[in-house]
Amino acid sequence: MTQRKPITRRRVLAAGAGALTATLLPGIGRAQGAPAKIGVILYLTGIQSFMGQQTRKGNEFGAKIVKEAGGPPLEFLYGDAESKPENGRVVAERLIRDGCTLLIGTNDSGSTISVAQAAEASKIPFLINIASAPQITEQGFTQIFRNFPPGTALVANAVARIKELGATTGVQPKTAVILHVNDTFGQGIIKGVDVLWERLQVPIKILDRISYDVRARDLSVEVAKAKASGADLLMPITRVSDAILMIREMVKQNWSPMGIISPGSPGPYEKAFTDALGKYADGYMSCVPWYNPTKKRSREIADRFEYETGDRFDLNAAFAFEAVEIAADAIKRANSAQPAAIHAALKATDISDHIIYGGPIRFDEKGQNPNIGGVMLQNQNGKPVVVGPQDAAEAKAVFPLVPFDKR
Amino acid sequence: MTSLYHNVISGGILIGVIYALIALGLTIIFGVMRLVNFAHGEMVVIGMYAGYALWSATGLPPWTLAPVAALLLFAMGYLLQKAIINAFIDRPQHAQFILFIALALIITGLHLLFFGPDPRPIQIAESMQSYAIGSIRLDVVRTQAALMAIGLIGLLMLFLKYSTLGASIRAAADNLIGAQVIGIRVRRVYAVTAGIGMACAGAAGALIAPLFDAQPFLATDFTLIAFIIVIVGGLGSLMGALVGGVMIGVAEALAALTVSPALKTVFSYALLVLVLLLRPNGIFGEPERS
Repeated sequence: MTQRKPITRRRVLAAGAGALTATLLPGIGRAQGAPAKIGVILYLTGIQSFMGQQTRKGNEFGAKIVKEAGGPPLEFLYGDAESKPENGRVVAERLIRDGCTLLIGTNDSGSTISVAQAAEASKIPFLINIASAPQITEQGFTQIFRNFPPGTALVANAVARIKELGATTGVQPKTAVILHVNDTFGQGIIKGVDVLWERLQVPIKILDRISYDVRARDLSVEVAKAKASGADLLMPITRVSDAILMIREMVKQNWSPMGIISPGSPGPYEKAFTDALGKYADGYMSCVPWYNPTKKRSREIADRFEYETGDRFDLNAAFAFEAVEIAADAIKRANSAQPAAIHAALKATDISDHIIYGGPIRFDEKGQNPNIGGVMLQNQNGKPVVVGPQDAAEAKAVFPLVPFDKR
Repeated sequence: MTSLYHNVISGGILIGVIYALIALGLTIIFGVMRLVNFAHGEMVVIGMYAGYALWSATGLPPWTLAPVAALLLFAMGYLLQKAIINAFIDRPQHAQFILFIALALIITGLHLLFFGPDPRPIQIAESMQSYAIGSIRLDVVRTQAALMAIGLIGLLMLFLKYSTLGASIRAAADNLIGAQVIGIRVRRVYAVTAGIGMACAGAAGALIAPLFDAQPFLATDFTLIAFIIVIVGGLGSLMGALVGGVMIGVAEALAALTVSPALKTVFSYALLVLVLLLRPNGIFGEPERS
């Protein structure tokens, strides 16, 4: 008969310390070869669930492709931040408690900052797939890796594309009005526009900036105000549902400016937008990072995604897909599911063959990939096509816009 | 610039009339039963989904489907009152609040379960059309919805004024004990009132569905706007709800135009605070009976 050891204060403390360590360092004690747990934080419900659902499809498709290619075993746990930025941290903490050693997300700048705080506190690497607010990489976070351009880069790309447009079409707009959502993302882009517009001496005068609430259900006044400005260009910074509202109002108020060019915002390229508006969706331009349609692998991935899901391989899906490839690459090189090892591997990321237009995927000292390019998309015949720059273009731009009442 | 103001004000009036129909439902329930329906916005969203489903099934113009949505919600309100709410009539207010908040959560959960989180747009040609009257452009869908809302409000007023049941409802609202003394079956009146209140919400939901795509999470916005309107107009006052609705619609539109669109809801709250300071019972409200 074995003699039971007495319970001493020292033994209790040791057991407690062990339990605490196991809680704080997820992954320890996991069997070798077990899949790495990746927590994905998205807006799967609520007002921004459009993007969240689309992003999830991209993540899931990425996981499938990684598995087919013989990548490391991965297990994905999804967390819903319910379209509320403040929920990001709570959801991230829950996923970390559930054993996730890498986080991916989100599709909104506000919740990304919230998740970054949780990741920083627990020293869990956080791979940002979509979020553009410049301050995300300026707050000293050590655990973040952003594979998405900051608002300033989005705007810089947009300005370059708009300048090109004037040169290639021979039509130069002189004035513009900005209509923008007033959330973290919208404010970030506006700040970028303000800084870069003057610095790059864009020959287009901004007549007015009209902001609206992220929960707006009616943009009639906003559009009436923009129309009254008499601007040549409308530059919207929107989400998809408000972009639909905006175009409906423009058609009803019979306002067809010379062009509608978004300096880097979601909405116009999404399937929900073109499905909802039909012929009125055509002509809308947006300057965004996008997959390179002239690259064989990108085209194949996009076609297969669209064939298998029946959905569009848009910005959300493409960046979500690429985040999974980056994660798989890092975990494979780390040969471990430990957060510190994944973090070190992410820092050393160098991927040349990838789907997004731009240079190799590398992260600088702030965790930003500075090599992401930007294209100009235009909706033509019900779907977005790349119209610039020349080395990625698959169609010519239609500019000025065909007026709504002539369609 | 004048035409811009005309367009914005006319748009505000049109949406304000639909707001008024929403608020009417809330105020009639409070006026008769002294119940504050925190699930009112959810009833509007049920009406939106009903409008969407009916339009998907029949293809009829959405505004013509509002009476059907009203009938559906009337039945739901009647049964809900009989089955659940009547049991809470004499209970403390906090118990009533919890009941309605629970109902709101259940309804939103059911919407998510059956329809998912994605918006359900009603795509009709009229969504892109407007009537041009001189320099004023009136949104076709909004105009049709506002006219139907006016028609329904008119019918409700006539019903309350000239029908026996309407007189019973008014009697129960004016003097509950007196109504019981003269033999009015108060519990039945309550059930009909709940039905009417929710029918107003349902009809407004069906009318608003082509303007604001149906989504489960819109409910809070509608509940808040209904509360602001009935407090501004006077809790329990039908005329107050009507005038309050139009006032809020126009105030929001003008605030968006002259100050900032992002601040338009702030003006609704500012108006609310102003009315509470100057006229605590609302514009058409009367002091609470002891």
